[in-house]
Amino acid sequence: MDKAELNKLTAHVLLESLNKQEIKPEDILSALSKRIKEVDSKVKSYIRMDKFGELKNTRTQEQANSILKRIPVSIKDNICTEGYNTECCSRILEGFKPPYDATVIKKLKQAGSLILDIKTNMDEFAFGSSTENSFFGPTHNPWNLDCVPGGSSGGSAAAVAADEAIAALGSDTGGSIRQPASFCGVVGLKPTYGRVSRYGLIAFASSLDQIGPLTKDVRDNAILMNAIAGYDPKDSTSVDLAVPDYTACLGRDIKGIKIAIPQEYFIEGLEDEVKSIVEEAVHKLKELGAGSEQVSLPHTEYAVPVYYIIATAEASSNLARFDGVQYGFRAKSQEPRANNLIEMYKQTRGEGFGDEAKRRIILGTFALSHGYYDAYYLCALKVRTLIKQDFDRVFKEFNCIVTPTSPTPAFKIGEKIEDPLKMYLSDIYTISANLAGIPAISVPCGFTKKGMPVGLQILAKPFNEELLFQVAYAYEQSTPWHKMKPKI
Amino acid sequence: MAITKETVKYVANLARIELKPQELEKMSGQLKDILGFIDKLGKVDIKNISPTSHILPINNVLRNDHPQESLSADKALENAPHREGNFFVVPKVIE
Repeated sequence: MDKAELNKLTAHVLLESLNKQEIKPEDILSALSKRIKEVDSKVKSYIRMDKFGELKNTRTQEQANSILKRIPVSIKDNICTEGYNTECCSRILEGFKPPYDATVIKKLKQAGSLILDIKTNMDEFAFGSSTENSFFGPTHNPWNLDCVPGGSSGGSAAAVAADEAIAALGSDTGGSIRQPASFCGVVGLKPTYGRVSRYGLIAFASSLDQIGPLTKDVRDNAILMNAIAGYDPKDSTSVDLAVPDYTACLGRDIKGIKIAIPQEYFIEGLEDEVKSIVEEAVHKLKELGAGSEQVSLPHTEYAVPVYYIIATAEASSNLARFDGVQYGFRAKSQEPRANNLIEMYKQTRGEGFGDEAKRRIILGTFALSHGYYDAYYLCALKVRTLIKQDFDRVFKEFNCIVTPTSPTPAFKIGEKIEDPLKMYLSDIYTISANLAGIPAISVPCGFTKKGMPVGLQILAKPFNEELLFQVAYAYEQSTPWHKMKPKI
Repeated sequence: MAITKETVKYVANLARIELKPQELEKMSGQLKDILGFIDKLGKVDIKNISPTSHILPINNVLRNDHPQESLSADKALENAPHREGNFFVVPKVIE
């Protein structure tokens, strides 16, 4: 095994070598450091790199059966890591060093992981689908540096794709793990709402957010889920359900699994190439023994408007805390204005937030304001019920639903940034899973003629991540996509 | 639903965000487009549908009232832009 190329391997292969003592944890860190120095100036998966020298072998709280023994995991900039800057890629949180670890970080440390001290890039406060809204500038897609990596977990997805990370954590509120996974050709899972603790995840929309893994293959994703899933008394929305061994279902065949194909996801707006690649993937699933049938999720077209009311309303509330008082950026008072508290809030938030953040906060505040609450927010909550009921109905008869993850492959940097609405519509296939609280995974299922990755999305009923892993693994192992790497 | 510049200014003030004149102009246009798109929700029949504000059937999560470890004042103030002793310092609120 070439020690200089250890960064290209998956966590499960590295774990085998570590257990056989063929390699040491420092070997993995030094291969990663070398790779990051080699390519990150082009890809920009990581941020605040000015002081980057070498990755340190940080001490962990390893327990006897640590399942991620010394495997480095890269972390998105909205997950609190004690003592390391966590800024949500926003100016308004500049310099913020959390006084505590997020529960997922504690759990990763207990599983033996090394947490990288450099964080991955993201759209500011997770507001975006391209990582172009980062205070630090965009990340570039390793498959084509002129293209976006997707967002908001674009840094995490790109790092895994470019072998600048062994595995990474991201967060998903409307597709922010799955869409970048699809754009970068990696595996990304959004767990069931309540499966993974949100304690220490800087909140965007509290009824939609979930943390999840981005990995090179399905097995790695299952291993990471074993480490991070589970009830947390510090997160009142986490569910007290035992965590199964997600790797136990890998390798089970999928004969007789019933797959639903929703007709509303295969209409105008879906690029022809993506459509045919996904249809081929469904064909492959049938070859492996699954059955498929077309179904209807009739309220699909309302998912994006519902989301942009609920998510922005919740965001306007969650981001009220960023006001220059407790942490981060505070605007200097500008004469001849009176130096008072309200003006300080307004200037701080005006200067500290980027355009998309301001847009969403204002939209959310509007939707909740007197006179508009019923027409917008309450209405959206009711349509959310209808969207959930669509899924409940389908899951009575079918084991899972299969769709494209995104209507297009990765678009060019700058292509959609001036048109917020166009950007919002790129989330059209991922958003419903967050609204309904169901788990969903994106796996690579092919490449366009221009060599850009395409993702297949699989959705299942709540707390049925095992089925997602089972189907995703069966598909992955009978296709070559997970072995392909960008030439960078 | 049409959203005027005045409304955007009013809402920005509620949200304690100061917008520069060019920002106000641009944002009003963009919000108008977004709200125009959102208006299609008006077509859905929501009679007798109850709202889903929370997707899980969990309510009133409580714990026993036993004191636990909490953040020290020092740690809580570690990141303060302006601190004096155990206080966050802010500009005064003028009547």
